[in-house]
Amino acid sequence: MSDLIGAPPSTAADGSGERSHDPSRGRTGDGGGAAERITYREALRRAHRAALTDDPRVIVMGEDVADYGGTYAVTKGLYEEFGRERVRNTPLSESGFVGAGIGAALGGLRPIVEVMTVNFSLLAMDQIVNTAATLLHMSGGQLNVPIVIRMATGAGRQLAAQHSHSLEGWYAHVPGLRVVAPATVADARWMLPAALEDPDPVILFEHATLYGSSGDLAPDDGPVDLDRAAVRRRGEHVTLIAWAGTLGKAIAAAEELAGDGIEAEVIDLRTLRPLDDATLTASVATTGRAVVVDEGWRSVGLGAEVAARITEACFYHLDAPVARICAAEVPIPYPAHLEQAALPQVPDIVAAARATIGR
Amino acid sequence: MTTTTPGPWAVPTRPPVWASRPSASARPPIDLLADMIRIRVLEERCAELYQQTKIRGFLHLAIGEEAVPVGVISALHDDEAVVATYREHGHALIKGVGAGPIMAEMYGRAEGCSGGRGGSMHLFDVGRRFYGGNAIVGGHLPVAVGLAIADQVLDHRRATVCFFGEGAMAEGEFHEAMNLAALWKVPVLFVCENNLYAMGTSLRSSESETNLTVKAAAYNVPSWSVDGMDVVEVEAAATRALTAIRAGGGPVFLEARTYRFRAHSMFDPDLYRPKAEIEAWRERDPIAVLADRLAAADDLDPTLLDELWARAAAEVDEAVAFAEAGTLEPVEDLTRHVYRREVAP
Ligand SMILES: Cc1ncc(C[n+]2csc(CCOP(=O)(O)OP(=O)(O)O)c2C)c(N)n1
Repeated sequence: MSDLIGAPPSTAADGSGERSHDPSRGRTGDGGGAAERITYREALRRAHRAALTDDPRVIVMGEDVADYGGTYAVTKGLYEEFGRERVRNTPLSESGFVGAGIGAALGGLRPIVEVMTVNFSLLAMDQIVNTAATLLHMSGGQLNVPIVIRMATGAGRQLAAQHSHSLEGWYAHVPGLRVVAPATVADARWMLPAALEDPDPVILFEHATLYGSSGDLAPDDGPVDLDRAAVRRRGEHVTLIAWAGTLGKAIAAAEELAGDGIEAEVIDLRTLRPLDDATLTASVATTGRAVVVDEGWRSVGLGAEVAARITEACFYHLDAPVARICAAEVPIPYPAHLEQAALPQVPDIVAAARATIGR
Repeated sequence: MTTTTPGPWAVPTRPPVWASRPSASARPPIDLLADMIRIRVLEERCAELYQQTKIRGFLHLAIGEEAVPVGVISALHDDEAVVATYREHGHALIKGVGAGPIMAEMYGRAEGCSGGRGGSMHLFDVGRRFYGGNAIVGGHLPVAVGLAIADQVLDHRRATVCFFGEGAMAEGEFHEAMNLAALWKVPVLFVCENNLYAMGTSLRSSESETNLTVKAAAYNVPSWSVDGMDVVEVEAAATRALTAIRAGGGPVFLEARTYRFRAHSMFDPDLYRPKAEIEAWRERDPIAVLADRLAAADDLDPTLLDELWARAAAEVDEAVAFAEAGTLEPVEDLTRHVYRREVAP
C-alpha cells in the first residue's frame, strides 16, 4: 500500500496540471538530484522546516509540538532549531490556541497550528467555523485569515471511538474554509507551502495511518495546486474516488480489478473543499460508473456530497447508480476485527466496482 | 462596594480600588465627556431607527456603559488594536470609525464599515485596527491574544485591548485565553465590562466566584477593578495597565463595574431586574457624573455642555443621512467575501 501511495502523481496524466514554483524557494532540507524515498512524516517535517526557514512570519503551535516532538513526531527537532517563540508548545486549550492562531494570522503571522486529531478539534470548532471561516465575510472583505490548521484524521490503529473518526466532511461543509488532505508523500511535502501561501484558512487532514508510509519525492516536485483533484491511475471502466486514508485501498482495489480486465480510474480528491467538480466530471463522463470510498460515515457524509455532484453533472453518462463505500454507522470500535469491519476495505471496493459494471 | 438600594446589586458609590493616581497624561475630561455624549446620542438614535425598522436584526445598546470604551480607548495609541463584542458601537466610534460608516453598516448598506455584511454586531475597520464586532460570547478572547502574539513575534511594542462582558467569564475560552496570555506574557489588556447581567442571567446566579478579579488573578494576571461609571477613573486605570503591558509585563485584567440602562437587546422585555435597581444606577449615569463634577469645579460652562450635545446630534444627523443615501450591494455579489482567493472553476 505504501508504495502505491508514495508514487508521485503522474503530472502528464493528472488533472492537476500546473506546478508553478520558484525552484529555489521552499526547498530547504530537500536533497537535490535524484528521487528520494522518505516517509510521509518526514515529508511533513521537511515542509515545516522549509517554511520556518524561508518565512520569519511562520510559527508552529500546538499541544506537544516542542519537547515531545509532535504527537506524530512531525515537528520533531524543530524547536531546537527555531526556538520556542516560533515552535510553541501550547497548553491543552484547543479553542484557545486555534483562536490565538487566528488572531496571529490577522496580526501578520503565518501560523501553522497543529491539533492532535480531528476528534479534539471539535473543542476548537467554534474558532474554526465561527471565526476563521466568517471574518472575511463579516468584515466585508477586510480581514482574511491566513492560518493553516493541521490535524490527524481516521481510524486503523485500534484507538477506539474518541480517537478514530473521520470528521473532515464536517469542515468541508463550511464556506470560507479550504480543506485539503494529502494522501501521498509528495502532497505531504508540498501541500503545506501552498497552504501557507493561501490567504484563507486551510485545514490540512493527515490520515493517521499514513505517517509511517514511504514514497518517492521527485526532485522536481514543488508547490502544488490546492484546488485540484489528481488522477492517480488511468482507467476506462469505472472511476474510484478516494482521499487520504482510502486512496491506498482504492489503488489496491484497482490493481485487483485489473487482473480481471477491469481498468479502474482512481481519483485522489486531495481538496475536500472546494471540490474539483471538473476532474470528477471528466472522469465519470468517460467511465460512466463511479464508486466513492469514504472513511467517514455514510449518512450526510462527504461521500454523499461527491455522489450527488456526480449524479447531477453526469446523469446522462451514468451506466449504473453511483456507489458509496463508507464506514459502518457505529462509533469506531477498539478490537481489530471490529474496527476493520467498520472501515471500507479493498474487497468492498472491488465488489462495488464490479457491481456497477455487472460482472 | 456599599449597598444603597434594595435591589440585589450593590451600586458602587466610590471607585473601589485606586489608591494612587497615575502620572501619565490623560485626555482633558471635557473631551472624555464629549465622546461619551457622542456615543449616547448615536445609540439613542439607533433605538429610534430600530423602532422605525431602519435597523434590523439584533441591536445591543450600551447606554449607561459609555465610560468604559471612552476611558479605555482614550488611553490607547492609534496603532493598538481593539477587539470587542456585539455591544460595540461606541467602541468603534471612539476608535475612529466614522459615525456614517457605522450607521450605514446598521442599515446594511455597502458604504457600511463592514460593507453591510455584518450589521450592528459586526463592525470592523482594519485600517483603524478595530477587529469587531464579535458575537460568539468569549470567542474573540483567544483571537485578541493571537493579535498580541503577532505583535510580540514581530516586535511591535504595543498592546491589544479585548472587551467582553462578565458573562464571557463563564466560558471556557475566557480561561483558555487568560492562561495562554499569562503563560506567554502576551501584551493584551482584558477589559471586563461587568454590567451584572448576561442577558437575563445575573452574575450571582452564574458565577461561583462573583469577585471577578479573584477569578482572573488565579491566572497570575494582575487584576484590578475600577468604577466603570467614572470615565476619568477608567482612563486612569487603562493608562496604568497599558503602560505596564507595553513595558513587557504581560496581560492585565481590568474589571469595569458598570450597568446597562437599557434592555439586553431590542427583543428583551427586561423582566429580570428590579426597576429600583435600574433607577439607582441611572443616578450614576457616567455622563452626568462627569458633567456634574466638572460643573461643581467650575470647569464646565453650561452652554458648552449644550453645545456638546448639539454637536453630537449634528454628527449623528449626518451619519443617518449618509446611511440613508447608502446603496445596497447588488444581489449578484452575494457570494463575495467567502474566500480572498476565489477558485477558478
Ligand atoms: C457562545 C454564545 N452563547 C450564547 C450567546 C447568546 N448571548 C448573546 S449575548 C449574551 C449575554 C452575554 O453577556 P455578557 O458577556 O455579560 O455581555 P453583555 O451582553 O452583558 O454586554 C448571550 C447569552 C452567544 N451569542 N454566544
